[in-house]
Amino acid sequence: MTALATVPTTAQDAPWRPRLGWAVTDTVTMVRRSLRRTLREPDALFLSVALPVILLLLFVYVFGGAIETGTQYVDYVVPGIVLLCAGFGAAGTAVTVAGDMTEGIVERLRTTPVHPAAVLTGHVVAGVARNLLATSLVVGLAHLVGFRAAAGPQEWLAVAGLLVLYILAFTWIAVCLGLVASSPEAASGYAMTLQFLPYLSSAFVPTETMPRVLQVIAENQPVTPVTDTVRAWLLGWPGADPWVALAWCVGLLVVARTVAVVLFRRHGRG
Amino acid sequence: MTPMVEITGLRKAFGSTSVLGGVDLTVDRGSVVALLGPNGAGKTTTVHVLATLLRPDAGRVLVDGLDVVRDAVAVRHRIGLTGQYAALDPLLTGAENLRLMARVAHLAPHAARARCAELLELFDLVDARDRLLRTYSGGMRRRLDLAAGLLGRPALMVLDEPTTGLDPRSRNDLWQVIRDVVADGTTVLLTTQYLDEADRLADRIAVLHHGRVIADGTAAALKRQVGEAHVELVLAGGAVERLVTDGSVGDVRRILADVEARGLAVDHWEVRAPTLDDVFLTLTGAPVATDRTLQEAS
Repeated sequence: MTALATVPTTAQDAPWRPRLGWAVTDTVTMVRRSLRRTLREPDALFLSVALPVILLLLFVYVFGGAIETGTQYVDYVVPGIVLLCAGFGAAGTAVTVAGDMTEGIVERLRTTPVHPAAVLTGHVVAGVARNLLATSLVVGLAHLVGFRAAAGPQEWLAVAGLLVLYILAFTWIAVCLGLVASSPEAASGYAMTLQFLPYLSSAFVPTETMPRVLQVIAENQPVTPVTDTVRAWLLGWPGADPWVALAWCVGLLVVARTVAVVLFRRHGRG
Repeated sequence: MTPMVEITGLRKAFGSTSVLGGVDLTVDRGSVVALLGPNGAGKTTTVHVLATLLRPDAGRVLVDGLDVVRDAVAVRHRIGLTGQYAALDPLLTGAENLRLMARVAHLAPHAARARCAELLELFDLVDARDRLLRTYSGGMRRRLDLAAGLLGRPALMVLDEPTTGLDPRSRNDLWQVIRDVVADGTTVLLTTQYLDEADRLADRIAVLHHGRVIADGTAAALKRQVGEAHVELVLAGGAVERLVTDGSVGDVRRILADVEARGLAVDHWEVRAPTLDDVFLTLTGAPVATDRTLQEAS
């Protein structure tokens, strides 16, 4: 059994210091793991793309005829569908994180010197990548069903930036839900709440058509300012609220990420 | 030289359920110590405190002279843990799992590659290296899990019930691998419910009962106390009689002749090696308690 001793470099007697620090190399390692897992589950990937597409067609062709927004409904609804799609993608991340916590691999990782946030960042980056793929497909398909944006490259870029922030924030919230859930099934249930937010906003119908109480809720949650801003930038409509939208996204992102790291550190520690 | 592991007065409770009531345990460098006990005795809890997964309520736990609470990161650089359930990623291949664990153990890239190849070879997993973990058999998973624990060449290897749930052949294979690890000079702390496993692998056995170490000594001393083997007689009325034997043909023949001479009506009999039950019967005067609340808590 001398074979065990043939490679001289060990963690103890020759500590290896990467140039960028372990936090960065650990994060790269965990991102690669999560991306690889995403590709190994083609059915989950397919569903995360297919559901938003189905919802787009449902809203445009089934509900669209009956909803009066004073504009082409397809133009009105596409920004909403894009945000709904982000909610679906985030639900996937909640389930993956909960699965990881219950399968024991996280326990194993926590006995290694891996940087604690790296495990979660890996899931978030993979989740955002999945989400952006689905979002691009929905936007592409929207053009096929009659969506016509009046935006130049600058506006598209601004919209992309805002959406990335929005998706990042909601993916970190999903990570928190995955961490507090006792099982992947429970996580999926919690994540449903994220998917409902767009329905209580200006995403599908103008908020003025809602009862007073709901109107107040709808106008004071993140989906409404983000939808209105995306709509304004893409279609040139009035109602942009870029600073409010930005404040919501950055605020949620910072809070959710902080809470997630604390939850992860505390997990299982009696 | 300081011992590899020094546990003094370790206490841990979950809510109002006390799981560890003051554990004292020392593991010398280069030795193999088995923590023997039934489900719920507190084995896994002890191991989790040692591996920095749980904070102790009271007491001191040192690994290589480092405190598991204050110097957790340094301790993590020195230990390898293999749990009851193979804790790897089912959606990655065997080789990918090892590479992942090598990277998070902070091995230099070239050393990591060489080490992974070496361990796959050693654990007889070369043919399965590119298969997804979820297609592995139970025995293969455990071997890969053990390999993952050894990647960082830990000073202390902690094996939590390494063979529970394995078929006899996989169990034998795993024992051989563990012996190889031990022969290489790694200090090992293993938990087990099987006396024969502790006996085969460990220099010293500590018996854990309701969160306390009730016996601590060499396997030979424990077996002297419990008896090498028994001739177990089940009498016609259902009563059981146990007679200590050294297991040799002559001794068993003498015992059976004796039984015949006493005119006992024997329904059936067998020669049995001592088990955890016998240990507990000897040490506590009662068979292994199956305390449900304790089982769940651990």
